[in-house]
Amino acid sequence: MDKTQNNKAWFLVLPVLVLVAFSAVIPLMTVVNYAFNDTFGNNDFFWAGLDWFEDMITSDRLHEALGRQILFSAIILAIEVPLGIFIALNMPKSGFWSSFCLILMALPLLIPFNVVGTIWQIFGRVDIGLLGHTLAALGIDYNYTNDALDAWLTVIVMDVWHWTSLVALLCYAGLQSIPQAYYQAAKIDQATRWSVFRYIELPKMKGVLLIAVLLRFMDSFMIYTEPFVVTGGGPGNSTTFLSIDLVKMAVGQFDLGPAAAFSLMYFLVILLVSWVFYTVMTNLDRQETQ
Amino acid sequence: MRIKPSAVVMTVYLLFLLVPIYWLVNMSLKTNTEITSMFTLVPQNLTFNNYRVILTDPSWYSGYINSIIYVTMNVVISLTVALPAAYAFSRYSFMGDKHLFFWLLTNRMAPPAVFALPFFQLYSSVGLFDTHIAIALAHCLFNVPLAVWILEGFMRGVPKEIDETAYIDGYSFPRFFVKIFMPLIASGIGVAAFFCFMFSWVELLLSRTLTTTDAKPIAATMTRTVSASGMDWGTVSLVLGLFVVLVKILPYLRIGVSIKFMSGGATSVCSV
Repeated sequence: MDKTQNNKAWFLVLPVLVLVAFSAVIPLMTVVNYAFNDTFGNNDFFWAGLDWFEDMITSDRLHEALGRQILFSAIILAIEVPLGIFIALNMPKSGFWSSFCLILMALPLLIPFNVVGTIWQIFGRVDIGLLGHTLAALGIDYNYTNDALDAWLTVIVMDVWHWTSLVALLCYAGLQSIPQAYYQAAKIDQATRWSVFRYIELPKMKGVLLIAVLLRFMDSFMIYTEPFVVTGGGPGNSTTFLSIDLVKMAVGQFDLGPAAAFSLMYFLVILLVSWVFYTVMTNLDRQETQ
Repeated sequence: MRIKPSAVVMTVYLLFLLVPIYWLVNMSLKTNTEITSMFTLVPQNLTFNNYRVILTDPSWYSGYINSIIYVTMNVVISLTVALPAAYAFSRYSFMGDKHLFFWLLTNRMAPPAVFALPFFQLYSSVGLFDTHIAIALAHCLFNVPLAVWILEGFMRGVPKEIDETAYIDGYSFPRFFVKIFMPLIASGIGVAAFFCFMFSWVELLLSRTLTTTDAKPIAATMTRTVSASGMDWGTVSLVLGLFVVLVKILPYLRIGVSIKFMSGGATSVCSV
């Protein structure tokens, strides 16, 4: 749609700007302030320059948390995106069963994050949880509070449980928008199931798929509540992801300077990756419309 | 009889989704002794006592009331500011519009953990700490960008001729917006309201940081129970159950619309 050139439209955007300035810019400036200063209390600040950033960039603790975070996000994307597409392809196309599936699949998405954590914390316990109890009965030594691998598996399965439906629902919406004529044409050409998927369904899902990947990347990279409730970052530090480490540092130990420097770098990483995704999305779309 | 493979896949997946939730409901109907002493797939002594405790004890139900108050405030604030902004983004091009839109979205990308401490200090210093409005404003951080994003997608679908005709008919902008435009995008407003409601309702980190007693949300009350009374599992799981049910009411009405939004929103995002 052609848009009218009109700089007065700024007035319509003004309320949003004021509100977001209050709820985002001011707090962010506080963070920036802490990142470059040191304090011994009483609101006395000393200029610390880039010291905190140097500290953080060279700290092993941050490197380990970052490594775990990247590994976690990569595993999550590698499981949830293909699985979500697969589920979407298998969903009933219309009628009662399709709304039935939609409603049930939306359930995990609507459960508050800490409740998701609590559900899995209980579910995985060996004494009272169904999962833990069943595994123990099968003779598998499973204990997510002691064993790092078990803790990782629990957190990953929990995230798959929680978010695969989002990917599936988005892909399903994308699939629904494909006109029947495409499939009929493919049938006439005697296309195989795979080539229907590769040349019709996948290109049509590209838009929603990119949204799904972007959302899943952002949210898995910022994950805090669920692993915190289930494992508390343990055993040891094995499931301490970036957010958990950050909150530990800022609220637990009250190391404001390092925590602020950490925050800024964390935010920048997310921003950078999201910007890349966003640009790719916009460009793909532009190629398509041309 | 031949069974379709896709039906098998869906059944397995839905079971995977439902079993943990079943376990939760199951626990909420058990007594504490039954939960800790033996392992049963269905409650042996069916009890609704846990539900009675939640609904009669003020320290529990006030959590729900607090949550509902700040979530409502947040939805109202978010939509009020997002509507004109989304209209501006969908109808006009103005200096810096694309950058502004991306900047708004970056707020949705900001990890709440980054903002927890500054929010605490900001709201303490302006005397808003432990009030409902503080949480409502804090949640605007991620809800306003989302609302603008969703609404913009819907407004794009309304042909511009409608605006022009209304202006020729002598409508002023505010009157046109409320009388003609808003009814046209009613389903979009509904979807945006639902998403704001949902994200504000499930958020824990900020709402817990910003409250102590007066405005404590239900999510935080629950965390307290886990640590304080230790083994009161029955009560815990039931609050969760109730929580799930409460949040479930809306989607039944909205699911069809949100799917429509997702497919519509997809194209709008890409063409920003």
